Amino acid sequence: MSELQLLTGSEAVAHAMRQIDPDVVPVYPITPQTPIIQGFAKFVADGRAHGEVVNVESEHSAMSAAIGSALAGARTITATSSQGLALMAEVVYIAASMRAPIVMAVGNRALSGPINIHCDHSDSMLIRDSGVIQLFVENAQEAYDVMVMAPRIAEHPDVLLPVLVCQDGFTITHSAEPVELLPDEEVARFVGDYRLPQPLLDVRRPTTRGPFAMPDYYYELRRQQTAAMEAALPVLDEVGDEFERLSGRRYGAVERYRLDGARSAIVAMGSTAGTIKDVVDELPGFGLLRIGAFRPFPAERVAAALAGVERVVVLDRADSPGGAPPLYAEVTAALYDSGVELESHVYGLGGRELHPSDIREVLAGHAPDYVGLRSEPCPV
Amino acid sequence: MAELTTWERLPAGGLVEPGSTERPRTGGWRTGLKPDVDLSLCVNCLLCWLHCPDDAVVLDGETFTGFDYDVCKGCEICALTCPTGAIEMVPDE
Repeated sequence: MSELQLLTGSEAVAHAMRQIDPDVVPVYPITPQTPIIQGFAKFVADGRAHGEVVNVESEHSAMSAAIGSALAGARTITATSSQGLALMAEVVYIAASMRAPIVMAVGNRALSGPINIHCDHSDSMLIRDSGVIQLFVENAQEAYDVMVMAPRIAEHPDVLLPVLVCQDGFTITHSAEPVELLPDEEVARFVGDYRLPQPLLDVRRPTTRGPFAMPDYYYELRRQQTAAMEAALPVLDEVGDEFERLSGRRYGAVERYRLDGARSAIVAMGSTAGTIKDVVDELPGFGLLRIGAFRPFPAERVAAALAGVERVVVLDRADSPGGAPPLYAEVTAALYDSGVELESHVYGLGGRELHPSDIREVLAGHAPDYVGLRSEPCPV
Repeated sequence: MAELTTWERLPAGGLVEPGSTERPRTGGWRTGLKPDVDLSLCVNCLLCWLHCPDDAVVLDGETFTGFDYDVCKGCEICALTCPTGAIEMVPDE
C-alpha cells in the first residue's frame, strides 16, 4: 500500500533517499537545500537509513568525495543550491567527465549577487554545459518520484552521468503538499543494487580514473559525454515507463498540457508550470509545454509537441546578460525554420512571484520582456 | 606511441587498465649528467634504489647492478644518498 503524507519537497526527497538507502552521502548544508540533508541525516540517526553521511568542509569537497565514492563502487547521493553549486561547479564537470553516476538533489536558488536565498534557475544554468543530466520537477510529489527514478538513469551503462533533480527553492523545497510515498520494499526493488562496471575498489581489476588528456584525447572524451547524454533520453523513457507501472505516475522529458488544438503555447520549467496549468485551464486555445529534462534537452520532442502551434512564449527563470535566456535559446534552436512566432520573457529572478494575472498578460501579448519587474513607463 | 583510437572505442571516461601504456623512455628528458657506479665500492645498501623517483635503479633480485638510462632523468639523488661514494655523476653523451 502506498501512503499519503503531508510533506515538503525537501522532506519528500529525504524519504526517497531513505528508501534508496545510498551508501555514501557527502554533503554541505545550504539554504534551501538544507532540510533535504537534515531530513536524511535524521533518518540515519534514527536507524531508518544506513548511508554514511560525510560532513565535508565545502561543496567543492562534497562533489569531490562523491566522485571518489561513486567510482569506488558505492551508491552516492548529495544535494546543494546556488552558491554551493557554484563552488562545486569545477568538480561537477569532473564528475561528468569521469562518468560518475552521482544523484544530486538541487534546491534551485538565485546566484549571488546580490545575495538572495529564493528561487530562480541561475544556479542550474551555471553548470548547463558541464555534462550532467538536469531534470526539473513541478511539485513535491514529482521531486520524490524523479528522485526515485534518478539512480536508475544515472547508473544505466549507456549513461553513467550525474543526475540532478532540480526543485524550485522554497516554492517546492519548503511548501507542504500531499505526497504519495511508495512502499519501502518497492523502491528498493525498483532501484536495485548499485552495479558500476569496473569499480575502483575491485582490486582484482585495478583501473586508473580521470587520466590527463592532452589535445590527442580530450576532444574524444568530451564527445563521449555528448553520446552519453543523448543515450539518456531513451533511458529516461524506459525508466519512466517502469516507474509508471509501479506508481501510476508518468514523467518524461516533456509534458504536454492542453496542447491539442492550442494556437498559443507557453514553454516553462519548474513550479511555475503548476500556475500556468491553472491559467490555461480557463483559457481555450492556450496550452503548456513543460520541460522536464533541460539536459539532455529534448529538441525533437519540443518541435513535435509545438508543431501545430502558431505562437510560442518561452518563460525563463534565468537570464543571460548580453545574450538569449537559456530556455529561449534552446526552444528557438529546436523550432528553427518552423515559421512559428516566438516570444521570450524573463520572470521570477531572485524569487520574484509570478501571479496568474502575469501569465494571462503574457498570453494576451501585453507583458513586457521582463515580467514582474518594476520599470519606468515606456516614453511615448 | 600507440595508435590513437576513436571516441567510440575509448573506455567510458577514459578509464585506463594496467598495461595499456607503452613503456615510456622518459630518460630522453635527462639533461647534462648521468649516474655511473663503481661496483667495487658498492655495499648494496639499496638507498639509491629506495630514493630513486623514477625506478631507474636496476636490481637482480636484491642486488644492485646498475641504472636503466631509459627512465633516469639525472636528478642526482642516487649519488647524493650513496654513503660510500660509489655513484658519480658523469657527462651524458
